[in-house]
Amino acid sequence: MPGRRPGAGVLNGEPMNGTVARNVTVTNTEGLHVRPCDLIQKLARKFTAQIEIVCGSERVDAKSILSLLSIAASAPRGTGLTIEASGADAEAALEALAELFARNFDE
Amino acid sequence: MKFSDFVCADAIRANLQAEDKEGVVRELAQALAEAKRINSAEMESIVKAILKREELGSTGIGRGVAVPHTKHPSVDRLVGTIGVSQSGVDFDSLDGEKVQLFFLLISPPDRPGDHLRALENISRQLRDDTFCKFLKQSKSAEDIKHLLEEADHQQFGK
Repeated sequence: MPGRRPGAGVLNGEPMNGTVARNVTVTNTEGLHVRPCDLIQKLARKFTAQIEIVCGSERVDAKSILSLLSIAASAPRGTGLTIEASGADAEAALEALAELFARNFDE
Repeated sequence: MKFSDFVCADAIRANLQAEDKEGVVRELAQALAEAKRINSAEMESIVKAILKREELGSTGIGRGVAVPHTKHPSVDRLVGTIGVSQSGVDFDSLDGEKVQLFFLLISPPDRPGDHLRALENISRQLRDDTFCKFLKQSKSAEDIKHLLEEADHQQFGK
């Protein structure tokens, strides 16, 4: 990620550098295919915060569908992901995105 | 998953003639039928299913790329092909831009994992600007096949 410092994020559960994080689980049957990824990026783009999704050792920009799709197969149903956000509306962004996951992307 | 695992080389089209969404989907489905990767008798049903999926939201994912796709019971493994439009086609893309690169995918209804692996491969490769640019500049199916082989061998980085 451009401008991102190595090691920024959550350490021992404590947010660093003003980053807030929330764990979510992929619970829709088909996982992160095109439509869910589109919904995530559309929602993420409504916020000014920098938002990333962490899947195992991968970290992707939640505002880029191409970036999101690159974890499509790594995040089947049941996968736990961490959403991290930093910026003025970071908390609101986390809340909205977690809710989108909880709704199973309306599938 | 590699491109060679799902892209039918004989159905690659470097110079799509179609000028609209339905035309592109039809042209690529026709290419797969001619390559005998889908049953010609099922082609119309496949085209309709792909267009129905598009109604739920465009698969034009930006950067001049679209991944029109559907599940269809007539295929027993993931089948795909690639088309390039030199002039670009209005595909109701998420970013409003015309689409030049098309990755058409048809998967068996019971194999969603393969579809996700293909999407993952496509998106990872396309994040490489050089690969994306070269694909759009391809003038022949041979050019495209060569680029896919290079990508499969990780010539473009991640």
